[in-house]
Amino acid sequence: MDWLWDVLRALVGTIIIFSAVAFIAVMFGVLLERKISAWMQSRLGPKHVGPQGLLQTVADTIKLLQKENIVPNRADRLIFASAVVVVPLAALLDYVVIPFGVTRSGPLIFRDLNIGVLYFAATSSLVVIGILMAGWGSNNKYALLGGLRSAAQMVTYEIPIGLALVTVALMAGSLSTVTIVNGQARLWYIVAQPVAFLIFLIAAIAEVNRVPFDLVEAESELVAGYFSEYSGMRFALFQLGEYGEMFAMAAMAVTLFLGGWRGPVLPPVLWFVIKLYALIFVFMWVRWTYPRFRIDQMLNFSWKILIPVSVLNLVVTAFFVVVAHR
Amino acid sequence: MTGEAIVFYLLAAVTLGAGVVVVTSGNIVHSAAALVPAFLGVTGLYILLNAEFVAGIQVLIYAGAITVLILFAIMLTEGGTGLGGRQRNEQAAVGAAVAAAMAALLIVVAVRTGWPAGSGTLPPYTPGAIGQSFLGQNILVFEGTSIVLLVSLMGAIMIARRED
Repeated sequence: MDWLWDVLRALVGTIIIFSAVAFIAVMFGVLLERKISAWMQSRLGPKHVGPQGLLQTVADTIKLLQKENIVPNRADRLIFASAVVVVPLAALLDYVVIPFGVTRSGPLIFRDLNIGVLYFAATSSLVVIGILMAGWGSNNKYALLGGLRSAAQMVTYEIPIGLALVTVALMAGSLSTVTIVNGQARLWYIVAQPVAFLIFLIAAIAEVNRVPFDLVEAESELVAGYFSEYSGMRFALFQLGEYGEMFAMAAMAVTLFLGGWRGPVLPPVLWFVIKLYALIFVFMWVRWTYPRFRIDQMLNFSWKILIPVSVLNLVVTAFFVVVAHR
Repeated sequence: MTGEAIVFYLLAAVTLGAGVVVVTSGNIVHSAAALVPAFLGVTGLYILLNAEFVAGIQVLIYAGAITVLILFAIMLTEGGTGLGGRQRNEQAAVGAAVAAAMAALLIVVAVRTGWPAGSGTLPPYTPGAIGQSFLGQNILVFEGTSIVLLVSLMGAIMIARRED
């Protein structure tokens, strides 16, 4: 009955990932976003529900759960409904290979795949299918434009992300995330690979469609982009996908460049959370500080600057790794 | 029936079922979207064969990139709907006959070949071995493929540039 045990473990793992992402990443993430934006704009932000407005997003979620599901008249119902599943699912799959900490019995990770980094790139590339389906299925020109922009943007920025991942894998000599964290025992890769870290951070912001790369859902041009037509819980699930993906990208950046769970004195899981939220703060800081790019500027930036620089970085790193192994 | 066989038949059913939708659906976007479960079913088969690296590449390239490009191309043409064009023309019968003949040929070949069962155990970490074989034993094929890709890339740029 080995396989039954495996199936059970997978089910429990799914439930744990889903609830952790829903509560810690999405509900708390949205609250953080609102509080930080308020702080940067000299406002107070949510204040009334719970102590210091702490329960605001819980109330919002309950409200969204009760709302009516509206499907536009000439929408493609099948595609419209299934897009909602694809986006959060792709985001949740990312968490399988992220090592959250270490215990006496081994690292705290759902499955230490020996292709961990490749798996992460593969699952995060699935999000765009859901976005395209949502944009097309809504039968709305703004949604369609948002979906198209998203496809162009994500295909473009996947390349620098992939090259940054390969650079780190070269340094560690492995695609497994646990081995990569273990390789940073002496020196975090952010010190050895500052260029790759910057490239990963910029491309990650673009991959999760945040300002200054939020062309996909630019409010002033496209209403809300691909999810303009979604209401109620379906809207909430898209939010779950977006914030889940953002936290996954930040967690991956922590794993690849900031030494993962490693740190003195404090317990490993706490170190991981501290680094994760520090990066999340950077994401939000950028969002509320910079204006939006134009679509051609954004694509040019990736093809003409990010990709050549990351290829160069990869070649230089490969050269030094070969020299060091001699 | 072993657990492995059950999983194999489940994955095969998913792949084939999605494949039938790809071919028969009257809506081209539905066809393109149905490619995703078909590719993921094949990914499952790779995992069943312990070919994790190939499975990862399958998701990254086929499910994540090829499908997106197909959807992208559909939405850029025909006013973004993709509903104007017919999915089949008058040659459907000929196409079906050719496909059936091809399938029969492949099945005969697959059944008649005595597949040699590999000996020894799988290395725990296959990506390294795959890289070695690309840059060692199979370097000619590898470089040949890269030239083909380079030429098609240049061709695409030439075609796109001609208009302005």
